[in-house]
Amino acid sequence: MSQPVISIKGIKKDFKVGEITVHALRGIDLEVEEGEFIAIMGASGSGKSTMLNVLGCLDQPTSGSYWLDGVDIGSLSKNELAGLRNQKLGFVFQSYNLLPRTTALENVELPLYYNNKITSKDRREKAIEALHAVGLADRMHHMPNQMSGGQQQRVAIARALVNDPRVILADEATGNLDTRTSYEIMALLQYLNEKGKTIIFVTHEHEIARFMNRSVQFKDGLVARKDKFEKRSLAAELLAMMPSNQNLI
Amino acid sequence: MNYSNLLKISMNAILRNKFRAFLTMLGIIIGVASVIAMLAIGQGSKQCIQDEMSEMGTNMIFIMPGDDRPGGVRMSSSELQSMKLTDVEAIKSECSAVSSVSPVVNSNGQAVFGNKNWPSNIYGVNNQYLEIRKYQLASGRNFTEREIKTYAKVCVIGRTIVENLFSEIENPVGQTIRFGSIPFKVIGVLTEKGENSMGQDQDDLILAPFTTIQKRILSITYIQSIFASAASEELNTLAIDQITETLRQTHKIKSTSEDDFNVRSQSEMVQTFTAISDIMTALLGAIAGISLLVGGIGIMNIMYVSVTERTREIGLRLAIGGRESDIMTQFLVESFLLSVVGGIIGILLGLVSSQAIASILSWPVVVTPASIIFAFLVCSVIGIFFGWYPARKAAGLNPIDALRYE
Repeated sequence: MSQPVISIKGIKKDFKVGEITVHALRGIDLEVEEGEFIAIMGASGSGKSTMLNVLGCLDQPTSGSYWLDGVDIGSLSKNELAGLRNQKLGFVFQSYNLLPRTTALENVELPLYYNNKITSKDRREKAIEALHAVGLADRMHHMPNQMSGGQQQRVAIARALVNDPRVILADEATGNLDTRTSYEIMALLQYLNEKGKTIIFVTHEHEIARFMNRSVQFKDGLVARKDKFEKRSLAAELLAMMPSNQNLI
Repeated sequence: MNYSNLLKISMNAILRNKFRAFLTMLGIIIGVASVIAMLAIGQGSKQCIQDEMSEMGTNMIFIMPGDDRPGGVRMSSSELQSMKLTDVEAIKSECSAVSSVSPVVNSNGQAVFGNKNWPSNIYGVNNQYLEIRKYQLASGRNFTEREIKTYAKVCVIGRTIVENLFSEIENPVGQTIRFGSIPFKVIGVLTEKGENSMGQDQDDLILAPFTTIQKRILSITYIQSIFASAASEELNTLAIDQITETLRQTHKIKSTSEDDFNVRSQSEMVQTFTAISDIMTALLGAIAGISLLVGGIGIMNIMYVSVTERTREIGLRLAIGGRESDIMTQFLVESFLLSVVGGIIGILLGLVSSQAIASILSWPVVVTPASIIFAFLVCSVIGIFFGWYPARKAAGLNPIDALRYE
């Protein structure tokens, strides 16, 4: 296989809280290959959120090395990190983080505003394309408050897709959604993964993790367990089996 | 990040909250409008005084009896009778810097013509008075030396008198009016001068030989005041000095005593009024400036609240690739836009309200381009100055905390 998209070696992250130093990450090694759909799991306080922040270039590790798509993150300045986030990463958050009173289309366009190379015409075209990809072509001019939670999250996924990132980072992306809508979102992510997107999905739900190729369990700042799922569940199949007008659990 | 993108981002952010943006701008709008209007009023009154100055000439000098005492001290009537015709003669012969001089006595009363009457003032002057006060004759003639010597019952009248007494007669010259019980033959009519800066009608007057007024109306031998004019503006100060010296001599005042008269020049008065109107302008401007400052603080307040309210938005922008400088600039541009757009609306409102003041209150109003440019610059500075702190706060947010902010 070719060079991994993400290559992490011996990542440590300490926080100083008053006198005490908290070791949030205590030496993590991880490689993510292109086209993987990987779950990062763990109880709260296990370090998975810190890991996501480091993976998302929002936070620098205390020590260790992190290569993203062949770039050594440790050597970059704040502004270069911002550029990297803009070009190579897409974020999906638990609470969608859409701009209020702003149409779906404009929300999706947002990352492209921070890319100088993209003209306003390109920006619009790419945003429309991304909304088509998540099946919201008919909702382009709706405001977030006119859409359901699942639709809002799909707008957020479109926003993560619009810059054609190397990796999509999802942070409890189904946490605010009911089971059925969660499956819909997972079906969408699986579909995107099949088309070649690398996705890292942070969750604490085993229910959700079974839709991925493999999972990494965090415990006390260390990787406790790595699982590979030879045959992942298909969210689309599960959805088809569900009674259409009823939400499970 | 390129600037058109930035501008679009900032405008979208403002347009997302139209009503709040309007309320925020309102402070600036009112501040700027009041600065413009207040400066216009101040400039207007100054302009008015200056116009009058050029109309009347700055070389007019007037001499009043009584010394320059602080207000509240009553002068004895004998003191007010200290000036005689000999003083006028002395000024005429002794003061080289004075070109014309006229005694003035006046009386008020009712001017009557036919079945019409009008309350007015009659001024007893000599034939140089028109020149001193820069009055022009519209028709007829000035009175002569001979008429002065013979207490002739002739008069020259102003436009207001003509309008009120002679509405039916084309040319009043040659007609006879009555002032009190004395008939005066109208020999001349003055051109219109309009109101002076104090709002007095300068055309509501009757001029007659001073001898006639002294003898036939007032029965006095003294004169009430003296009007003179310096040969030129530059000679003003010299003329005042010469007059003072001459009058001290004719009044036999010891070198240790105060003058028993008071010499003032038109230019002095103009300077005083100009100074007063400058102070007034500065005061009005300062009060208006305070409201502008309050408007600026309003912007800062709203921007500050807005940064807190939009913490998650800022977190998101940082996460998707916005640099700290992009966030900083976005918020600065937002406050700058609020302030400058508010400023432009304020300038328009200021122009409109200045015109309204001019037409409703008929105050003289002058809007100078300088005050518009000034207001605009102040707005831009306010936008950046008061936007700076909130913008810094926004840019300094930690994206991780900001994204999870509830």
